[in-house]
Amino acid sequence: MKQVKPIFKREFAGYFRTPVAYVFLVAFLVMSVALAFSRFGGFFKAGIASLDTYFGFYPWLFLFIVPAAGMRLWSEEKRSGTSELLFTLPVTTLEAVIGKFLAGWAFLALAVLLSFPMAITIGYLGNPDWGIVCTSYLGAILMAGGFLGVCSLTSALTKNQVVSFVVSLCLCAVLVFLGYSGFTSFLEGFLPVGVSDAVSNFSFITHFNPMVRGIVDLKDVVFFLSLIGFTLFLNVVALER
Amino acid sequence: MIEVKGLVKSYGLKRAVDGVSFTVKRGEILGFLGPNGAGKSTTMKMITGFVRPDSGTALVDNVDVLLDPVAVKRKLGYLPENAPAYPEMTVQEFLAFIAEVRGYSDPRARAAQVERAIGLTHLSSVRGQTIETLSKGYKQRVGFAQALLHDPPVLILDEPTDGLDPNQKNEVRTLIKNMAVEKAVILSTHILEEVEAICTRVIVISRGKLVADETPAQLLARKPGARMDEIFRSLTHTDV
Repeated sequence: MKQVKPIFKREFAGYFRTPVAYVFLVAFLVMSVALAFSRFGGFFKAGIASLDTYFGFYPWLFLFIVPAAGMRLWSEEKRSGTSELLFTLPVTTLEAVIGKFLAGWAFLALAVLLSFPMAITIGYLGNPDWGIVCTSYLGAILMAGGFLGVCSLTSALTKNQVVSFVVSLCLCAVLVFLGYSGFTSFLEGFLPVGVSDAVSNFSFITHFNPMVRGIVDLKDVVFFLSLIGFTLFLNVVALER
Repeated sequence: MIEVKGLVKSYGLKRAVDGVSFTVKRGEILGFLGPNGAGKSTTMKMITGFVRPDSGTALVDNVDVLLDPVAVKRKLGYLPENAPAYPEMTVQEFLAFIAEVRGYSDPRARAAQVERAIGLTHLSSVRGQTIETLSKGYKQRVGFAQALLHDPPVLILDEPTDGLDPNQKNEVRTLIKNMAVEKAVILSTHILEEVEAICTRVIVISRGKLVADETPAQLLARKPGARMDEIFRSLTHTDV
């Protein structure tokens, strides 16, 4: 596992060697804040010093933004032929997959944490519950990992970044919509509550919302971590086939 | 040092490599000849552990590539065709990355290996440039530097002189020749005079099968008075 480090370092620095990182960070922060400030978010109208309205849009925003960050993970290596270089160096596939995934995850975590002026804003305007702010950030970072696991997997299946983006967008959309309140109440219309609950259990939203409300339940953390583990396992299989 | 045993690989219905076996000893430079698509690159990829053979295996320094691919990769220096590298990195960053993955975790030792590789391949004038801005010849040298970095006992070079000008070609050949004393080298090429100039043995492959395995002199002796390209053509004329 000691070869994870150089791969992580190269991949993480790689985001900043091209304009990709800066475009991504600016776009993400502008969009997330704009959504919260918009009349859909009602950040100011709510009159409460909390980040609910800010993080509420995260699953929908991640739906587009994480595939954009993750599509190049493996597609790029395959297209440019550097995968041949990487896999003739003394690293195992698992080390390479973990190194690249962690780099992408760290980058997304950085993007999420760079929204700290929002936290400062609510701290200035009122008296927020800082515990809830922390669990919200924890939830957002965990959820980013879940999204990225899916994107890393689809990226390993194709050398075309556009295909990778579209397929991961579709897969992530399924994982978001299963927990969307409109969809679950539609299901409850003709399915027993137990079944629709089980379905919504596979959604990012179902496991993310409690954390925004300040509840860190072990099963939510386990959901995100096991999703990451499962997608990375498939990722190794896809690369070794 | 290298023992290739009955390698087979098919892509769909096409048998790219069909039962190729040979050995390379320390101090030998093996020239790997054959028309485009004859299976040269695929054979090399199987020896390096990048492509999994359908059957057969390869041993490098008595380590089976199927059983312990990472150990084999440690002993190998491999220059893939077209010398892929991360285009947004500078030459120095790229080689430092390779050195770190190769296990030189101490920064001093890493810098020393990078300096050595840069010196051997005359890259010092472009060390701060990103790889995407380099000409084909320099890119090829970066690939070469990457393969030599850890001073491996076995070198596998897929068309090492491709895209180089005549002076650079000559230089690379001299470099290979000087290093080969204590190494086993396989190099594939289209250039027949390259084989005559530096190889101690030649293998000709056609439609995935070996059609010759001998010294360049023996190959030339097949048709006294004929040039090497005539002999090459007569050996591989079925492969069109």
